[in-house]
Amino acid sequence: MHRTGELYGQFQTLDQQKETATLGMWVFLVTEILFFGGLFLAYTINRHAFSTAFGIGGNMLDLTLGAANTVVLILSSLTMAMAVWSATTSKKSLVTIFLILTLALGGVFLGVKVVEYKQKFDHHLIPGHNFDISYCVKNPSPVCGTPAELATEEKEIEEGLKVDPDLNAHAQLYFSLYFGMTGLHALHMVIGAGLLLWLIVQSAKGRFDANYNTPVENIGLYWHFVDIVWIYLFPLLYLINRHLG
Amino acid sequence: MTEHIVSPKIYAVIFLALMVGTFLTVFAAGRDFGRMNVVIALGIATIKATLVILFFMHGKYSSRRTKLVIVSGFFWLAIMLGLTIADYSTRHAEPSRSQLNESTTSSLMRS
Repeated sequence: MHRTGELYGQFQTLDQQKETATLGMWVFLVTEILFFGGLFLAYTINRHAFSTAFGIGGNMLDLTLGAANTVVLILSSLTMAMAVWSATTSKKSLVTIFLILTLALGGVFLGVKVVEYKQKFDHHLIPGHNFDISYCVKNPSPVCGTPAELATEEKEIEEGLKVDPDLNAHAQLYFSLYFGMTGLHALHMVIGAGLLLWLIVQSAKGRFDANYNTPVENIGLYWHFVDIVWIYLFPLLYLINRHLG
Repeated sequence: MTEHIVSPKIYAVIFLALMVGTFLTVFAAGRDFGRMNVVIALGIATIKATLVILFFMHGKYSSRRTKLVIVSGFFWLAIMLGLTIADYSTRHAEPSRSQLNESTTSSLMRS
């Protein structure tokens, strides 16, 4: 185990050592910005090319669950920020409490995501052989939503087919990007949860205080970054052209 | 340590601002602003992201070197998005070779 808070040979002061760690974390986050950026770019270009199909696809997402998850994730960012604050002010037991809260909220987010993915599975909206944008319209059932919702959906698809005869294929493209982007985001959340678990164990041993809290800070930076990705995913995937529905 | 400690009060204010932003963006999505729909949605998202970076991520209190790295990330992102979108929006789809042959043949047949 590393001794904590000690000055390594290549640094002159603890401040310099810490500054280096922060800088290194940001360099990693810059690569992450560009990593997600490629997907955002693919989404933007295809959304522009197939706006009708993407609009209809977006309307098939559950706005309530998406908005609730946004609140949950921002709340988890707040508890993460509070964990960092507790560490820098040497409130050792508070660090552990806030880290556990952050992990729990992250778990809630992933749980809601599972519910959403299951819905898409039931609605035949998973890209592949069984993908059918009109499945729910053709096979109305309570799983698919209320008759009123399905009526709007049917009208939208009908209108959409007039503009875009290849609506099903382009809606499938939308859902491929939806699962690609939210899936990559969820993977980051799972990795974040693993890191938090490790932090909680370390924090319970009383390792973090005003002198040494670099892991809390850097994993905090990662957690906030994942939050920022969702802050963009939510409007892009769920909200644009919502009024059409 | 010389690092700046951000008080919980500031965190609470930022959290509330982020909640207001989330509410506004959902609210705005229920209305039709035409081409401004995307601009409003992404505008609010960018304000929220900026607040997270500046306060939750301590961007505002970090060294100039770290700030430079943060800005460089978005600078490169802007290059990637900007140049690619500029290319897509100004490039005219060129007819493929087979289409060209087809049109030449048909124009030849016509003449």
